[in-house]
Amino acid sequence: MQNVMNLSFNALGENEAFARVAVASFAAKLNPTMDDLAELKTAVSEAVTNAIIHGYDSNPAGIVYITASIDDGEIDVVVRDEGKGIHNIDQAKEPLFTTKPEMERAGMGFTIMEHFTDLLEIESSTSSGTVVRFKKRLADKRVRCV
Amino acid sequence: MLTMTAETSGKILCVRLTGELDHYYSEQVKEFVESEMEANQTQHLIWNLEQLSFMDSSGLGVVLGRYRQVNEMGGSVTVCGLNTQVKRLFQLSGLFKIMYFEKTEQDALRRLEGSSCKMS
Repeated sequence: MQNVMNLSFNALGENEAFARVAVASFAAKLNPTMDDLAELKTAVSEAVTNAIIHGYDSNPAGIVYITASIDDGEIDVVVRDEGKGIHNIDQAKEPLFTTKPEMERAGMGFTIMEHFTDLLEIESSTSSGTVVRFKKRLADKRVRCV
Repeated sequence: MLTMTAETSGKILCVRLTGELDHYYSEQVKEFVESEMEANQTQHLIWNLEQLSFMDSSGLGVVLGRYRQVNEMGGSVTVCGLNTQVKRLFQLSGLFKIMYFEKTEQDALRRLEGSSCKMS
């Protein structure tokens, strides 16, 4: 059976740790490895940071929405903002590309999300904001002999 | 939560981070390290990340920013004590190619102090 949880919170940097720990706690019931859990937390952190500093330009009045669902050993995470959107998604995904070099952004957010998850989808519009969705298989991946 | 301390040995500054480094703490780390570097006229910077349990690309940005500063002064940056997750971030971003990596802070100090002895 599918198990779903929803979170929404203000676009404040201090909420980044809360968001990744909440999703990791939700995922813990799948008994993931420590490495998989660390990768999941990193992907959540990247997506939430993007929503805060790019989507909302660090305006704390913005709201970040997370929906996570677990089904058949896999977690599906959707991080959504109603901010200014991404002008060019292909460019944003290029390693080291950043629109905020003055903030010492590494430009590695989407590269890290792609490497640390099994599937990454980005939808964005300058009128409605950005939706980042990723999936990650977490349940025991070993073949069991019966 | 993130805490940071710094220790100097001649022109070498060692920064030790404990906890989680994300966007929220990155500006504090930048200001702390910059002020320590200025006060100590740092030439070589060591990041001891043994007690760092989590880092994201915001941390990479801070490390890369300080690398640029130190590099301009002809110095070097060494990173040590990486856990598996943090190590993968450094690998993905290519920072292994421009910085030194050591297992421990002592290893980093030994190499830097050895090379400065050779220079004098």
